[in-house]
Amino acid sequence: MIEAVGLTKRYGKTLAVDNLSFTVPAGRVTGFLGPNGAGKSTTMRMILGLDAPTGGSALIDGKHYRDLHHPLRTVGALLDAKWVHPNRSARAHLQWMAKSNKLPAKRVDEVLEIVGLTSVAGKRAGGFSLGMSQRLGIAAALLGDPQVLLFDEPVNGLDPEGILWIRKFMHRLAEEGRTVFVSSHLLSEMALTAQELVVIGRGKLISQSSTEDFVAQATENTVRVRSPQLAALRTALGRAGVSIRDEGESLIVSGMDCAEVGELAASTGAVLHELSPQRGSLEEAFMQLTGDSVEYHTEIADGQVPATLVPAGK
Amino acid sequence: MSLVAAERIKLFSTRSPWWCALVAIALPIGFAALLASQGGDEVPLTVGTTQAANGLGRAVIMVMAALAITTEYRFGTIRSTFQATPNRVSALLAKTAVVTTLAAVIGELVAFGSWAVCRWIKPEADLALDTADDWRSVAGVGLVFALTAVLALGVGILVRQTAGAVALLLVYSQLVEGLVTLIPRIGDDIHQWLPFFAADQFIGNDASGQPPRDLPLSPWGYLAYFAVIAVAVLAVAIITANRRDA
Repeated sequence: MIEAVGLTKRYGKTLAVDNLSFTVPAGRVTGFLGPNGAGKSTTMRMILGLDAPTGGSALIDGKHYRDLHHPLRTVGALLDAKWVHPNRSARAHLQWMAKSNKLPAKRVDEVLEIVGLTSVAGKRAGGFSLGMSQRLGIAAALLGDPQVLLFDEPVNGLDPEGILWIRKFMHRLAEEGRTVFVSSHLLSEMALTAQELVVIGRGKLISQSSTEDFVAQATENTVRVRSPQLAALRTALGRAGVSIRDEGESLIVSGMDCAEVGELAASTGAVLHELSPQRGSLEEAFMQLTGDSVEYHTEIADGQVPATLVPAGK
Repeated sequence: MSLVAAERIKLFSTRSPWWCALVAIALPIGFAALLASQGGDEVPLTVGTTQAANGLGRAVIMVMAALAITTEYRFGTIRSTFQATPNRVSALLAKTAVVTTLAAVIGELVAFGSWAVCRWIKPEADLALDTADDWRSVAGVGLVFALTAVLALGVGILVRQTAGAVALLLVYSQLVEGLVTLIPRIGDDIHQWLPFFAADQFIGNDASGQPPRDLPLSPWGYLAYFAVIAVAVLAVAIITANRRDA
């Protein structure tokens, strides 16, 4: 379990992380979601003891990272796949890490096998593609067979096959009872990967809940209705006191479920051509919640939500 | 010990330390060979003069030691290091131990290599290691190289950038100390308290060609002085690294 309590990081005048408190439970994949510059990487570095918090603390199973004995056996992390000496072989990279935490040499070959890099283990890591580097980073994270895993934007720049592989891999790790904390600015990816979500914007906690609840709470659930007697139906709905919005040939009704709208239509004598519940997407939920917290606003018109935000620039 | 083993894997799994070691050994020995073969009779070959070129090796050692730490910052592996070993003092001391040991070994190879090559070229010269001073000026090179590595590591940890650290070390050791002697009146007085001058005094390697003068410290005193400076720089560097964000 990872626990952040009032975590704060200030760089000069900028408050990168602002009194952030959340918990990451074991046995689940927890997504760490936020726009670029929201403070996700900084938070992860503080959890790993690389950056010192200005205030508050981050605990792993109740301990500070710095107090862990042979920390790779407790926490595995992939913060940046490029943190490898380009002229060192993949095997040598894992060997020194294994040695520093007194892990058996054969564990290096095991993790290389798990991530599928055995055939290129002797090659210099500088020649690896991004996908291979990510796999090497994951191998390094798994080295100590840790119960807690942190991944910072692991699918960034990967091809669909690689993304699928990582997604399944994280689910497997969580099913084994491990704590998996994975950051992303890709909302659609998080909807598929994470069961729990910690959402931040401008360093502040926006919400912590299950992914399902997050979407349900944040988006308005509406009903789309189409009818040849649209005018009559609109009058009836208006009388019922729900809010209605026109969308092309149909009405979007909020504040009533499908059954109620259908009954109202029947009592009005309106023929229905469509009656369908509308679920808000994760993107919409996200934009609605973090709308004010995006650090760098773009000139995208309201309501036009891009499927993914700007690519990560860490 | 596992930390030292980890640092040893790190150091020897990239190519630059091998190249640096090769150059650090070949350059001064080659130079000593030229000195012995081309010197003729007007340059008397002594045990001291066989070591005249080891400053070249020392410069390469500085590059090697600075690279060993600055590449970690450049490629981000310092973060993996601190992640694996949150006790940064131990991690950096382990690195220091490995790099320093390699520097000492290279230093001895340079010193005895230079001495041997001169003996081989000029068997008639009196190059026997008879006195304690003779031994100090040859075997002492390893100590000087090791302390130089400590100093360069300290500068590397503080500066973090390869270009900056290497430039600082080379410009200082190769140019600045020599230029200080040009300062009127006080130049010489300052010069005799500068670290690389001190290191040279220990191995009796006076490259300035000036007549011997009264120096404030004995050769061993100068070694201790050089050691204090090198260790102080490293200590400041490690304290700094321990405090700042990786």
